[in-house]
Amino acid sequence: MAALGSPARTLRGLLRELRYMNAATGRSYRDTAAYRYLVKAFRAHRVTSEKLCRAQHELHFQAATYLCLLRSVRKHVALHQEFHGKGERSVEESAGLVGLKLPQQPGGKGWEP
Amino acid sequence: MWRRCLCLRDRWRRLLNQPSGGPTAIVRTGANIPSLSRAYAPPAGGFEINLDHRKLKTPQAKLFTVPSEALAIAVATEWDCQQDTIKFYTMHLTTLCNTSLDNPTQRNKDQLIRAAVKFLDTDTIWYGVEIGSSTSIMGPNIPDRTREVLVSHLASYSMWALQGIEFVVSQLKSMVLTLGLIDLRLTVEQAVLLSRLEEEYQIQKWGNVEWAHDYELQELRARTAAGALFVHLCSESTTIRHKLLQD
Repeated sequence: MAALGSPARTLRGLLRELRYMNAATGRSYRDTAAYRYLVKAFRAHRVTSEKLCRAQHELHFQAATYLCLLRSVRKHVALHQEFHGKGERSVEESAGLVGLKLPQQPGGKGWEP
Repeated sequence: MWRRCLCLRDRWRRLLNQPSGGPTAIVRTGANIPSLSRAYAPPAGGFEINLDHRKLKTPQAKLFTVPSEALAIAVATEWDCQQDTIKFYTMHLTTLCNTSLDNPTQRNKDQLIRAAVKFLDTDTIWYGVEIGSSTSIMGPNIPDRTREVLVSHLASYSMWALQGIEFVVSQLKSMVLTLGLIDLRLTVEQAVLLSRLEEEYQIQKWGNVEWAHDYELQELRARTAAGALFVHLCSESTTIRHKLLQD
C-alpha cells in the first residue's frame, strides 16, 4: 500500500526543501552536511544485486519520511506566519479602528521623564 | 586565523600576517556541521552536534549524543534553518532526542509500553480480525493474547525507539496506524489521513478552513514524520558490503 514513487523524485524533493531552507541564510545548499550525506547515501544504495531488496525500500521510506517532515515543517511555519503571526495591534492602529487619532505631543506625555 | 598569528613569537611576522579586516567575529545564528566524536564507532561514542563551536546540550545540561549519523545530521539541519529566533516548536527531532536523553518523567520501558497499548482500546481503525470490530460506543474487548503479543513485540524495541513510538501513538491516537507506519506499510501522509478520517469527511462536506485545518494537518504530519523517522533511525544498523563485479 505504500505508494512511494521513484527514488529520483524523493531526492529531487529533498534537494528542493534544502534549497528553500538555505535560501534565507547566505550559504549555498550544497555546502550543508545534509546535502552531502543525502547525495552520498542515494548514490551508494542505488545498486544492489537483489531483485526485491527490503533494505532499499526501507531507506527510500526513510528518505520519503524525512521529505514529508521538511515539507510539513515549512508549510506549518508559513501558515503560522500568515495567519497566527501578527501579534497585537499597536495603540495607533487600535485607535484608528474606531476612527480616532492619537494626539501629537511634541513635549512628550506629562508623566514621562 | 588571527589566533594562530598571535602564537608566533616573531613580532614582525605577526604584524605582517594580520588579516586586513582585523579579527573577524563569526556571527552566525545558525548551527553547524555535526562533528563526529568518534568516527566509525557509533555505538561507543555517538555523534555530537556543535553550534558555533560549542557543544549542544540537552535541557538538563547533559551532552547531546545520538547513536546514528543520519539523525545527527537531521538535528543539525533543524538548528541550521533557525534564523533570528529559535522556534522550538518546529524542531521536533531535537525535542525527541532531548526527551530520550533526559527522560524527564523518569519512565521506564514498561510504563512506556503500557501507555502506548492503552491506545489500542480506543482504536478507531481496524485492520485484522484478531482485534474485532464494534458498533457500540465502548469499543471491542481486546483478547488478552493479542495484548500480550503486542507488549512483547514492543518490548523488543530499544528505549529510544519506544519514546518515538509512544510519541507517534499519542499524535495519531491509534496503535494500529503506528504499527503500520513502523512496518513501512503506510506512508506518513496515508497514516495521517487515516487518523483524520472523520475530519476529512467533514471537510469534504462543509469545506476547508485553511488557518485551522491545514495548520493542524501540517503540524500533525510534521510530528508524525519526526516520530517515525526517529524510530527508524534509532532501531537500525547499517552495513555496506561492496561486491566486485564478476567479469
